[in-house]
Amino acid sequence: MKRLLASLALTTTLLAAGAATAGTLDQVKQRGQVVCGSNPSLAGFGVPDDKGQWVGFDVDYCRAVAAAIFNDPTKVKFVPLSAKDRFTALQTGEIDLLVRNSTWTMSRDTALGVSFTATNFYDGQAFMVRKKLGVSSALELNGATVCVQQGTTTELNLADFFRSNKMKYEIVSFATNAETVRAYDSGRCDAFTTDTSALYAERLRLTNPDEHVILPEIISKEPFAPVVRKGDEQWFDLVRWVGFALVGAEELGVAQTNVDEMTKSESPEIRRLLGVESKFGEGIGLGNDWVVRIIKAVGNYGEIFDRNLGDGSRLKIKRGMNALWSKGGVQYSPPIR
Amino acid sequence: MPMSHVADTRAGEAAAELKPPALERSRVAAQLASLVSSPTNIVLTLLALAIAYAALVPAVRFLVVDAVWTGVDREACLASTAGRPVGACWPFVFNRIGFFVYGQYPIAERWRVNVTALIAMVLIAWALAPSLPRRGIAVFLFFVPFPIVAFLLLTGSTALGLEPVPTNLWGGVLVTVTISLLGMVVSLPLGTVLALGRRSSMPIVRLVCVVLIEVIRGVPLIALLFMANRMLPLFLSPGMQPDSLLRVIVGVCLFASASMAEVIRGGLQALPKGQYEAAQSLGLGYWPMMLLIILPQALKLVIPGIVNTFISLFKDTTLVTIVGIFDFLTAVEVSANVPQWSSPVTSVTGYAFAAMFYFACCYAMSRYSLAMERRLATESR
Repeated sequence: MKRLLASLALTTTLLAAGAATAGTLDQVKQRGQVVCGSNPSLAGFGVPDDKGQWVGFDVDYCRAVAAAIFNDPTKVKFVPLSAKDRFTALQTGEIDLLVRNSTWTMSRDTALGVSFTATNFYDGQAFMVRKKLGVSSALELNGATVCVQQGTTTELNLADFFRSNKMKYEIVSFATNAETVRAYDSGRCDAFTTDTSALYAERLRLTNPDEHVILPEIISKEPFAPVVRKGDEQWFDLVRWVGFALVGAEELGVAQTNVDEMTKSESPEIRRLLGVESKFGEGIGLGNDWVVRIIKAVGNYGEIFDRNLGDGSRLKIKRGMNALWSKGGVQYSPPIR
Repeated sequence: MPMSHVADTRAGEAAAELKPPALERSRVAAQLASLVSSPTNIVLTLLALAIAYAALVPAVRFLVVDAVWTGVDREACLASTAGRPVGACWPFVFNRIGFFVYGQYPIAERWRVNVTALIAMVLIAWALAPSLPRRGIAVFLFFVPFPIVAFLLLTGSTALGLEPVPTNLWGGVLVTVTISLLGMVVSLPLGTVLALGRRSSMPIVRLVCVVLIEVIRGVPLIALLFMANRMLPLFLSPGMQPDSLLRVIVGVCLFASASMAEVIRGGLQALPKGQYEAAQSLGLGYWPMMLLIILPQALKLVIPGIVNTFISLFKDTTLVTIVGIFDFLTAVEVSANVPQWSSPVTSVTGYAFAAMFYFACCYAMSRYSLAMERRLATESR
């Protein structure tokens, strides 16, 4: 039995190594589609619409990668994964890329054999309160009753936040998220706390969503990033720079509607970005018009955000930390040159 | 007074006063009368009525009276828009019904699913309805050409000009029915073979069957599915991974077969030994004895058990959600997260609809099996 297990483990390692060295990009090109691990359903990030098409913020990242490689954003196979399965699926080579609201942490980045490329959404814990409470900052929540889900890091962050700001609070915790939301909706607590992305989605389920407001303070770090297997630098670079190109395009004002005109632009930065007079696309195994393809297919970072999460969607998530660095956020693209 | 006199008088009175029984009192009336026949019964009746009232009235209110029937998005199902408390949000179900039934199957190709379903329904109705002629042909068509036709239609084939539809796009009722139908069709014969093997006199056959049955039955289905979906890929090279729907179907079929084997073994053991001996004394070999004498009787005995296994198999298909396949229930759950429809009543509506669907299917199976039992109950006629 022991020998059997050992040989199985060895085979697994060899296979994993084999998968890594074969070159993900070549495999993807040969297969004709990108296999992308996704969330089975997270409002704004990835849900199937009524025609069965995947839509969402994370989904558009997968489509951007497909557009960069194949000039066709539909050449993606989405594999819905649970939180538990997601890294295993990446390690075994079942998926090429994981874009599933996964928080970038040191332990995951160093111990799981996976690499996080670049943060696409800065999430973090925030508070929702009723508008009629007249509160505009989380620092005014002294003495509040807060609804929270039991046994989560959310609960610990909450305690830390109130203690470090020397505020009093009363906690009302529930086993499931649904119960917590229902309790808040029925008026058991003054505030409800969880990650921002979820807060906006939960607000839609309240009896009167317009009577609630999400406070601007973010009290924890939950940076989401696309993830790839370790050991394939070419693929890592490709996924990472597709992400940077989306942000870079927004910085330079290159959008889905004007990308063709922009190729005639005089600006050297735009000409480099769009591959008019540079060969940066070839450097990562793509055509030089890679950014043009991406922007035509899904738009720039701002457009993706607005369509799926922001004012163009029902969630109406504020850009906040996800605004460009030049507009008070932290989304920043290293220069393409 | 002498005893005989008393008896005579009573007999005489009884004879004089005896009237014909009240025939007009119907069975329903008798049943109703029994509800209030004693103080205890009156209390119990009132209690039952109170419970029924407490459960039914809110359900009807939510599902029908307060329900919203038309609309294009979540706004229609908000109390603030409707200006009254809202119940079920049916436009959500109407809008997403395509997704509930076909999952992500491309819209232009959905007719292929409909054609397959139509053929299957015609063949199944033909094979199962006792009054129709030549049911043998229907059974043959269902088991031999139909699976091939269904496979080609559903997965597609470039040679026939049908665009290939990979199984990761399948979902909803399509997946639920495909998995459970295959599970039923495979588990009955495979379960029978395992049951016969377990009672075989050949030690190796018996050992293999016992181990298979006990190992598969001793593991929860959810664990089996996890193993099929997560461990199998670890052992196989990335290029030759079996289709994930296929993995799940194999897992479900094995699990159903192991349960079925034990149900059928119960039937085999319930038959008196005389039946075996009678068959042998007629000079029948093992297979003719089993196929002509033993199995027809044994299977008839365990129809309730078989149908019970089918029904739990049908409901167990909801477990495939853990391996990322969007069966009917998952399709409903996922849809409730869509921002277009998010509202306080959306998921409750979805679950109510799912409950109705599962109940309708299971109840139909249950009724058919009752009819079948009655038709086959030859001894008690």
